[in-house]
Amino acid sequence: MTLVLTRKLLWAIVTLIVASVVVFLALEIVPGDPAQVMLGINATDEAVEALRRSLGLNRPPLERYLSWISGMIVGDFGKSYTYSVPVWELFIDRVTVSLPLALLSLFISAAIAIPVGVYAAARRGSAADTGIMAISQLGIAVPNFWLALLLVYVMAIWLQLVPAGGFPGWEAGVLNGLQSLLLPAIALGLPQAAILSRVTRSALLETLGEDYIRTARAKGLSRRATLWKHALRNSMIPVVTIIGLQFAYLLAGTIIIENVFYLPGLGRLVFQAISLRDLIVVESIVMILVATIIIINLLVDLAYFWIDPRLRRRGAR
Amino acid sequence: MSKLRRIAVAALMTTALMPMVEASTALAAKTSLTMGMVLEPPHLDPTAGAPAAIDEVVYSNLFEGLTRIGSKGEVLPGLAERWDVSEDGKTYTFHLRKGVKFHDGTDFDASDVKFSFDRARAEESTNAQKGLFAGIENIETVDPATVKITLKSAAGSFLFNLGWGDAVIVAPESAEGNKAKPIGTGPFKFGNWVKGASVDLVRNDAYWGDKVSLEKATFRFISDPAAALSSMLAGDVDAFANFPAPESIPQLKADPRFKVVVGSTEGETILTTNNTKPPFNDVRVRRAIAHAIDRQAIIDGAMFGLGTPIGTHFAPHHPAYVNLVDRYPLDLEGAKKLLAEAGHPDGFKATLKLPPPSYARRGGEIIAAQLRKIGIELEIIPVEWGVWVPEVFKGKDFDLTIVSHTEPQDIGIYGKEGYYFNYTSDAFNDVMAKMNSETDEAKRYGLMGEGQKIITEDAVNGYLFQLAKAGVWNAKINGLWENSPIQANDLTGVSWSD
Amino acid sequence: MTPDLAPPAQHFWSRALANRSFFVGFIITAVVVMMAAVSYVWTPFDVTELNIAGKLKAPSTLHWFGTDHFGRDIFSMIMVGARNSIAVALVAVIIGIGIGVPVGCWAAARGGFLDEALMRGNDIIFAFPALLSAVMITAVFGPGAINAIIAIGIFNIPVFARLARGAALALWTREFILAARVAGKGRALITAEHIVPNMANLIIVQGTVAFALGIIQEAGLAYVGLGTQPPFPSWGKMLNEAQTMMSFAPHMAIVPGLAIVITVLGLNLLGDGLRDVLDPHLSRERT
Repeated sequence: MTLVLTRKLLWAIVTLIVASVVVFLALEIVPGDPAQVMLGINATDEAVEALRRSLGLNRPPLERYLSWISGMIVGDFGKSYTYSVPVWELFIDRVTVSLPLALLSLFISAAIAIPVGVYAAARRGSAADTGIMAISQLGIAVPNFWLALLLVYVMAIWLQLVPAGGFPGWEAGVLNGLQSLLLPAIALGLPQAAILSRVTRSALLETLGEDYIRTARAKGLSRRATLWKHALRNSMIPVVTIIGLQFAYLLAGTIIIENVFYLPGLGRLVFQAISLRDLIVVESIVMILVATIIIINLLVDLAYFWIDPRLRRRGAR
Repeated sequence: MSKLRRIAVAALMTTALMPMVEASTALAAKTSLTMGMVLEPPHLDPTAGAPAAIDEVVYSNLFEGLTRIGSKGEVLPGLAERWDVSEDGKTYTFHLRKGVKFHDGTDFDASDVKFSFDRARAEESTNAQKGLFAGIENIETVDPATVKITLKSAAGSFLFNLGWGDAVIVAPESAEGNKAKPIGTGPFKFGNWVKGASVDLVRNDAYWGDKVSLEKATFRFISDPAAALSSMLAGDVDAFANFPAPESIPQLKADPRFKVVVGSTEGETILTTNNTKPPFNDVRVRRAIAHAIDRQAIIDGAMFGLGTPIGTHFAPHHPAYVNLVDRYPLDLEGAKKLLAEAGHPDGFKATLKLPPPSYARRGGEIIAAQLRKIGIELEIIPVEWGVWVPEVFKGKDFDLTIVSHTEPQDIGIYGKEGYYFNYTSDAFNDVMAKMNSETDEAKRYGLMGEGQKIITEDAVNGYLFQLAKAGVWNAKINGLWENSPIQANDLTGVSWSD
Repeated sequence: MTPDLAPPAQHFWSRALANRSFFVGFIITAVVVMMAAVSYVWTPFDVTELNIAGKLKAPSTLHWFGTDHFGRDIFSMIMVGARNSIAVALVAVIIGIGIGVPVGCWAAARGGFLDEALMRGNDIIFAFPALLSAVMITAVFGPGAINAIIAIGIFNIPVFARLARGAALALWTREFILAARVAGKGRALITAEHIVPNMANLIIVQGTVAFALGIIQEAGLAYVGLGTQPPFPSWGKMLNEAQTMMSFAPHMAIVPGLAIVITVLGLNLLGDGLRDVLDPHLSRERT
């Protein structure tokens, strides 16, 4: 098992290095000059040049790449050109919105999908199963930003139940904060729930069809006990995989939803930073996200070992 | 006093007090204001950057200058209580207010004024309006409450210029930190900045002047027009000085909860044409385009009716404006004929680079459809400002673009060498030279009118409309500016009724 | 020949039409494709023609789905927009299959370090947050349909590469492949002759799923202004334009949204149906 882990770690590091080169190169060829953007149309050429110098943009690319990378290794992610605060601070600011949002929508997704999926599997072929499958099929097809639009107009503007958008900051109270994350979390979570419920159902059906379950049933265990005791745990691998994927997606892939609800999250930070050509912010935040996704994948792998003892033995071999 | 009576009195007093308590809680709820803004400032130091968003948060609220600009564009005393101007108009003596403190507790005096202006004038300064200080010859601190500024030559606009956000007074102790944590002398001090979301200002109880009635002002940044509308309708935002979704204005106007004020701006929105690039170097092509443009359709379609058609590069509300809207009436046949004369009987292909504002993106789509009718196929290329400035404005690499020129009375750009639309006209330059040496206002206006006619005759650019500005706010708010003579959201006089 | 898993053609159609998912999905997809095809020769109104005076009209007998803020006929725009959605998503799938499947097969055939390296390359793509990367790609190359295709296509590559590799690895252990190897056939030949035909069904099924996803992704990119550019209509852009007008012209937001939902639903049903029909072994109620 340690061997497997070491190998995975090594590859993770290689992945990070390659990713950093790709991100850096991509942003090198993005047209547009950050200094020019910051100073606006009427700035004189010398003022732009002075700013470029003070931002260190006049240094050769290789030098900038190396100083960026060496900085990151010791935990210095650079300083935002536009906000002139450390990128790390911006990241912390934003992640306190994005992370709770991702967790909340993941929670909504799992809280709906797993019971529904189990229920459908347990009553396979029934009208309820067919109905659930049909609804989930529809749910997968709904783009989350369209759902978000509809939710804003129904819940926030017609019924005025929740704020239409914005984020008051956690200083305004946990409840207020959660309240403004609720609609975006639902808009993100429901389509995910549709996918997850189908995964849960089919994973469960697959395990229920396997020999040891039949054996357990033959040994006289009740249907319900079989389901809960054996089948569910063993069908968790695909479910955990999907949850891991969804989490990674939710953490960074919520740009559109963050725009609909004007939440100050990570996705929107990067989106804005790209249009302002705040390159260092884009580079560093994307790298942090890539690293996070790699770590999540590692954790998902670890979860396999925990869930399935057979894998543990195989890994040790 | 019997026990019963005591109880009765207590009960009476409680009931008497109850409405008061309620009233005061109602009042307490109305001492904060959330103002929506489209763009977030990159930082909060108005002396170190051009973005208008900086001034829109801090001007007059957090930072003050020697003079300040009032809601009608008038010059008012600011940190300078009064001033004397020498006979030759070159020397200004400012008498400063006493007892003024910066938000960090340090005292304001003449040395801060000298520091601020010297800093702005310095070679390594990143002040976006260095030109404001270029005329300063010398700054002298006579005593802690008096500053004497000598100019190289007399300049009538000097007092107005000192009212700009770029000329506010900062303290040497805190100047470097102003970008992230601004320290000024204003009636509000910096509270908190949630990057990407909002900036909070809180009342400065140690303010030298009249205390403001708002305890807290929040600027919330909402760039998305849809989000702006929903936040306004849901009451998350109390006011927008410049509402980004013109399509929603009729709906907001009809809603008694809101007050909508449509004002004009100094923004001439034009279809900028690259005058040296074929086929646009042929005046017949440019005139054909002018004949093919239906301005009212653009105003209705892109701005939902907000905006005034213009026929030249001048603001219609200015007394020197000449109405040339009918110089090129909508005439597709005439346009086609002009194109044919210019050697393009079947039209041609060109590009149209569009910056992000909706006037440009939507207006561009409409213009592309209008020009298609005379055979000109435009490829629409949306660009961000970060690309527009170096490519179009500096690099002049474009055929057509749409942009609003927001500087006041900026017809002079048509005489500027190397300006991005590459127009040169000796006739125009002569008129401008005459105007600049003319002191009689009526004659100046006459010459401005001539200049307008020349550029319209040459159809330098497609003249579309004067950009309107729609302010939307809760009907219970008093004291917000209806016009914006300078970029600012001055909240010092704002209060809630009831 | 090998014991091919694919059933003969006539057999396929009779079984397919009996499958409810396939039937419904096929009909929906066919209607959408037909709409797109017809739009080349006929639409009720010209989608490049603006009629500002007739803007924001609610659905009527003249304009079935109403008009937008420029007075364009929304039904016509949906028809032409279908072309755009289909083209972008389809080409993105072709990129995914065209690069992903060879890479996956090659990795499986060679094994060892090459396999590991190729699959890690996949992981690197997977590690990038897809939408953010799409935003970066369009920032580098400028917004537009072609760049949207590239951005979506790149993220299809690892999906197909993994799938192909997994399927190929399983096939390499099968007796008929061993027989071919014993007969002296090279790895490349075996891959071309036996491996690829036998994973075709799997690829087709995954292809429909990726196609459906591509339509949502394209709409998302267009929604944030990075996809297809005007004057060509696109469903995502229509939604974006509808946003601020939702309270007085809800049809502008509802119609394109429904178009996306119905198309994606149709494709997903088609994919499910195909899986059941093409490969009875796989039909054990997977998602």
